[in-house]
Amino acid sequence: MRLSPDEIIFWQYGLFKLNATIAWTWGLMFVLAVGSALVTHNLSTGLRRSRWQNFLEIIVTAIEKQIEEVGLRHPEKYLGFLGTLFLFVAAASLCTVIPGYEPPTGSLSTTTALALCVFVAVPLFGIEEQGVGGYLKSYAQPTVIMLPFNIISEFSRTVALAVRLFGNMMSGAMIIGILLTITPLIFPIAMTALGLLTGMVQAYIFSILAAVYIAAATRIRKPKLEPDARH
Amino acid sequence: MDNMTIIAVASIVTAGITTSFGAIGPALGEGRAVSTALSSLAQQPDASATITRTLFVGLAMIESTAIYCFVVSMILLFANPFWNHAIALATGK
Repeated sequence: MRLSPDEIIFWQYGLFKLNATIAWTWGLMFVLAVGSALVTHNLSTGLRRSRWQNFLEIIVTAIEKQIEEVGLRHPEKYLGFLGTLFLFVAAASLCTVIPGYEPPTGSLSTTTALALCVFVAVPLFGIEEQGVGGYLKSYAQPTVIMLPFNIISEFSRTVALAVRLFGNMMSGAMIIGILLTITPLIFPIAMTALGLLTGMVQAYIFSILAAVYIAAATRIRKPKLEPDARH
Repeated sequence: MDNMTIIAVASIVTAGITTSFGAIGPALGEGRAVSTALSSLAQQPDASATITRTLFVGLAMIESTAIYCFVVSMILLFANPFWNHAIALATGK
């Protein structure tokens, strides 16, 4: 039994291996990038729009609203990063309806790469918002005693992000594989449907957690005086 | 029993214990979370969007502890490092 799509190797030349993870990752990236480029190359601002433009607008607006609800003041600044994370993980799990497809997020390498992106992006956004000193000072909040724990949590949450996504995706594929050998008729379909739901929830969790980490890193510590003007 | 058998028995038994005990805690925790969320939904239906979102995030966080146990047991069963070591020893390398 396979633990991850890393073990399916399509092509090998010396040290370079083209496994299913890489192939499907690039396939997904190609579909997402070319699809978005095709839809957005003639956008209309009038009332007559193509249905694909409406579709993308719904997705982008929904993501923007979710980011804003987490507490980030300017969602458009983080939309590129968080939206890409969400769309990639969601597309990776939604495509499991295609026969022969293995979700690349079912490999620990992919999820580690995504978690490392979050690990690097959070300090960058934090430094951009409150400067190097201000960001480093946030590690000593609320007291200096918490400094080692804050640093440990920085690493442990990265590991948790990676292992959570990997575990959910891998267990979905594993359960379907086991069920196929026991009851091959109906139950694998039900579990596949459940896997779609789990995949969407995990994509949501992954991007929301990244947004929460960024929100925690970019929060400027000063007394809030201005009332919320949006409501 | 030789080394291989001991490693196999220990891995299989530990994998089962890991998943079963790892499922108990998250199951209790998720039950509590869902029941609390349901009662607050009944009290404040207006806040359903926020409650549901927080509930899903919380459930996934709770569930990830069970997933960690599952990953550990899968590693014990399918990618056991001690197993490879014992095989390497047995084949005389």
